[in-house]
Amino acid sequence: MTATGIGAAVKRKEDYRFLTGQGTYTDDINRHGQTYAYILRSPHAHAEIAKIDASAAKSAPGVIAIFTGADYDKGGLPAGWQIHSKDGSPMVEPPHLPLCKDRVRHVGDQVALVIAETYAQAKDAAELINITYKELPAIVSTANADKQGSAQVWPEAKNNVCYDWHLGDKAATDAAFAKAAHVTKIDLVNQRLVPNAMEPRAAIGDYDRATGEYTLFTTSQNPHVIRLLMGAFVLQIPEHKLRVVAPDVGGGFGSKIFHYAEEALVTWASAKVNRPIKWTAERSESFITDAQGRDHVSHAELAMDKDGKFLGLRVSTIANMGAYLSTFAPCVPTYLYATLLAGVYTTPAIYAEVKAVFTNTVVVDAYRGAGRPEATYLLERLVDKAAREMKMDRVEIRRKNFIPRDAFPYQTPVALQYDSGDYHTTLEMALKSSGWAEFESRRAEAKKRGKLRGIGISTYLEACGIAPSAVVGSLGARAGLYECGSIRVHPTGSVTVFTGTHSHGQGHETTFAQLVSDTLGIPIENVDVSHGDTNKIPFGMGTYGSRSLAVGGSALVKAMDKIIAKAKRIAAHLMEASVADVEFKNGTFTVAGTDKSVPFGTVALTAYVPHNYPITELEPGLEETAFYDPLNFTYPGGTHICEVEVDPDTGVTKIVNFTAVDDVGRVINPMIVEGQVHGGVAQGIGQALLERCVYDEQSGQLLTGSLMDYCMPRADDLPNFKVATHATMCTHNPIGAKGVGEVGAIGSPPAVINAVIDALSPLGVTDISMPATPLKVWQAIQGAPAKMAAE
Amino acid sequence: MPTVEMTVNGKRASAQVEGRTLLVQFLREKLGLTGTHVGCDTSQCGACVVDIDGRAVKSCTMLALQAAGAKVTTIEGLANGETLHPMQEAFRDNHGLQCGFCTPGMVMTAIDLVNNNPNPSEEQIRHGLEGNICRCTGYHNIVKAVRAGAAAMKG
Amino acid sequence: MHDFGYHRPASAADAAGLLAKNAEAKVVAGGMTLIPTLKQRLAQPSDLVDLGGIAELKGIKAEAGGITIGAMTPHADVARSTEVQKTIPALSALAGGIGDPLVRNRGTIGGSVANSDPAADYPAAVLALGATIRTNKREIKADDFFKGMFETALQDGEIITAIHFPKPDKAGYSKFPNPASRYAIVGVFVAKTGGGVRVAVTGAGPCAYRSKELESALSSNFTPDSAKAVKINAAGLNSDLHATAAYRAHLVSVMAARAVAAAS
Repeated sequence: MTATGIGAAVKRKEDYRFLTGQGTYTDDINRHGQTYAYILRSPHAHAEIAKIDASAAKSAPGVIAIFTGADYDKGGLPAGWQIHSKDGSPMVEPPHLPLCKDRVRHVGDQVALVIAETYAQAKDAAELINITYKELPAIVSTANADKQGSAQVWPEAKNNVCYDWHLGDKAATDAAFAKAAHVTKIDLVNQRLVPNAMEPRAAIGDYDRATGEYTLFTTSQNPHVIRLLMGAFVLQIPEHKLRVVAPDVGGGFGSKIFHYAEEALVTWASAKVNRPIKWTAERSESFITDAQGRDHVSHAELAMDKDGKFLGLRVSTIANMGAYLSTFAPCVPTYLYATLLAGVYTTPAIYAEVKAVFTNTVVVDAYRGAGRPEATYLLERLVDKAAREMKMDRVEIRRKNFIPRDAFPYQTPVALQYDSGDYHTTLEMALKSSGWAEFESRRAEAKKRGKLRGIGISTYLEACGIAPSAVVGSLGARAGLYECGSIRVHPTGSVTVFTGTHSHGQGHETTFAQLVSDTLGIPIENVDVSHGDTNKIPFGMGTYGSRSLAVGGSALVKAMDKIIAKAKRIAAHLMEASVADVEFKNGTFTVAGTDKSVPFGTVALTAYVPHNYPITELEPGLEETAFYDPLNFTYPGGTHICEVEVDPDTGVTKIVNFTAVDDVGRVINPMIVEGQVHGGVAQGIGQALLERCVYDEQSGQLLTGSLMDYCMPRADDLPNFKVATHATMCTHNPIGAKGVGEVGAIGSPPAVINAVIDALSPLGVTDISMPATPLKVWQAIQGAPAKMAAE
Repeated sequence: MPTVEMTVNGKRASAQVEGRTLLVQFLREKLGLTGTHVGCDTSQCGACVVDIDGRAVKSCTMLALQAAGAKVTTIEGLANGETLHPMQEAFRDNHGLQCGFCTPGMVMTAIDLVNNNPNPSEEQIRHGLEGNICRCTGYHNIVKAVRAGAAAMKG
Repeated sequence: MHDFGYHRPASAADAAGLLAKNAEAKVVAGGMTLIPTLKQRLAQPSDLVDLGGIAELKGIKAEAGGITIGAMTPHADVARSTEVQKTIPALSALAGGIGDPLVRNRGTIGGSVANSDPAADYPAAVLALGATIRTNKREIKADDFFKGMFETALQDGEIITAIHFPKPDKAGYSKFPNPASRYAIVGVFVAKTGGGVRVAVTGAGPCAYRSKELESALSSNFTPDSAKAVKINAAGLNSDLHATAAYRAHLVSVMAARAVAAAS
């Protein structure tokens, strides 16, 4: 390994600009003649728009134009995935117009677009728009949405059901339950979360009348996808007339994957007013417009034989979609959730039913982990409960049911085929690192200090590196999920890498540079990575689903294969050798068995200055593009162990130790990999202890609509993390990488909750829901059997 | 409209502003200093932290006119030419940033913290960062960076 | 936010004059509450009178054995003041735990007390220490000052100039912060003085108030256990997403016990 090659903890190339305030985020960009947009939004969860009077607002100072649903003449925002119900019928797919015409369906729905010379003027004018609403009853509850008598969000979605889907072999599962010695049952809520990337969403639309070209600057994780969706489905702008730029983006976590109304509105309206339009969300606006995450209500049952061997699993889940279908929403609680229900276990029969429902709430879509955290939480809570009921050791029941090391490739009963994994090793490493065996002495010591100490474990697996196009296509995806990469070797031998993935914190500018510099044997300083601009990058599907290295990196490897193949032919010509005899290593072409050699730089220069060149058989230049479509998902997994101390006086849970041992496949930059795990675990701890999105059941108002009430993890809420990796390589991509972006958020929540329950177990507490807030923990202690008995 | 004048990163700066113009708007929109970010509207996130007369403050919760005559330092004013401030360097060395959005505020707060407490413990660092939210790093490496930065600022 | 006229008077008298001239004017001290309120367009003053330029309102000094703190003194200064640390360490500790360091660099004692936010920290200290609020017109006893949620005895145009805290024998403060906003869900300030024990609670009611139950328990026995044994009635206490009234009632005793334990 070199100091900057694969496996080295190279300091990030992108940091200098961020540390000196020279990053360029969307809101930092200003276009000549720019105007500002304010979007007037519904204050009601559900209402008819009876009348809009914007006459006074139109003559307010600085106002350029005001548009309402009546003015909007283009298409709606599409859903990118179609799910079919058990009965074969397609999901209900209601229209999703960027500006509401006659009805609003959640607090925050777009009602009017006000464009003015300054943002303050646009906001001032919006106050003068007089809207008459006729309020309607609203439904926000996931569990009650399909019940008789609940408010109906869409007439076409009877009982608010979007789809009623299933996966697995029901008969085989029923048979497994019939022969079970014991069945463990659990009811769980995986609460709704607000992603809260620190950079609020923003968009600038800029139409050039001279060329007929539109440019959209936007806070997106996938500019090409936005171009595709907005251009083709919403505004009908052909790709060659639409440039989408996602510059520096301040975190995404899924919430910036989706195509949002504001992107279409500023692009559309910039042609109407013939000036650029900037829109930037205020945080309170993000809370009521950014797609939210999770929001499942589930019942699950696990059938076991008398020794605790898993025989079958039944799961029934209601998933909240919000008021509309966001871009990826339909696939999250289906193909990213139910397919994961085997987890790391050999459960032979699994049957899952998922009902997706509409409610008068903000849309729900992929949020870090997307479906896999929900599956993992359900499984790992259930397995812990099973161990308690079976009076088995929590670790032993897991070991007993692990898919063994030698069973790969392993076909699960819920569609996926795992290519590699080693769950025993990650478990043993985590047990050792966390001091699991010595825990009881720490519990006893804490008890002397009046604290309840607990330890919890989660052995998880996820599927990422999305995704094989043919597979997802057969499952309802309306797009391919390959990735594209280009390698441009410049005449002097330096390289610009173009990737269709997008970095918004993941450090691609460094990781990909390491991959390329290591493969081509050139200094890392000579490699720069470009991303985020549809005019620069041939194509791309973006960054989400922990796919950038496994899929995007593989596209770069394929492009480099082409570069090396061509370069060998040039080198062969220069060395007067046969191509078959040319070898390439450490940046030098050699001829086997001779002392002839040509450095990479000379070949690059020759390609662009082809004076001595096989011109009749090879074109000049050295630039190659590759599209890589993965053969399978990748399957990271591992063990997370959390140790907590609960203060019984206040109900406060403090995390005193957190250990994560993850198998993410090949690691290019361990520093960045650790950082990804830290961040993911922090979000998982946030879900377990702090964060939740609460809507008022009556009014449908978002009660946790600001950072004053929505509890984001702060530095003093979190511990230091013990992080390690153990790699089994992905067998089907050229790097061996699996993915690391989401493992932290997937593996950690059940480890935390299992630890809290373990801490409270001496009192007889067996359940606590997320987030385990001080109030909830205190209430659990007050209602605990041991406490009640003592009083 | 009143005119406000102050010293920003060692240079005189003045512009016409409204009474309601926030300091962060003055910096970003009038001076083009877009390194100072706005991440929330309830004074919670700390992405907008700048130094005013030796104190780190949230520039989203201060009017531009309130800074009249003040000496303001933003993230753009920390490095000495190409040489990063030791705290900036420490964030880079310890991978204390990912998306970079909270970073300017985090670095400004960290420097203020160390100015007031040259040898902060881990707990003091974590409490000292209470007013700055990062969604990417889980704070582990930020805390490490502040410790390293504190040591480097002494040297 | 809506626009307004901005004024930065150099004296308290000038500030009072500006307020007298503009019925819809508001005073801004540190602005930590007012500016976010204006940003949300929840208030629409015609003018803002900024007290930030008035030198006479700033500073901490020893006075009559106690401490007098100018209204425009930021929390950070109170937290770091050796004078306060020496005379009333609990007050310094309280100031050092308000909001976050950035808020403490701007937020002022006068602004906090004048606002009477039900979840603010300072009102608990003002009440428990039996402080005196000095305004441009008069002196107001702490017990007469806090009238309700965001309501005080201050009249229109009246400006707090300083707050005087007598020195207690012992005092302590403990708070349970809201995990999201970091305001007090419950904060309890206990003070043992020559005139008896005074206990003030913030966060639990519409404004800071004295707890007779805790005062009587601690008067007879100034120990953490004595405070913890007091059962607080939950009726009338605040209830929200983060804490029910019953939980707050419980926390009042727990925080009181911790405040006693910390008292010095």
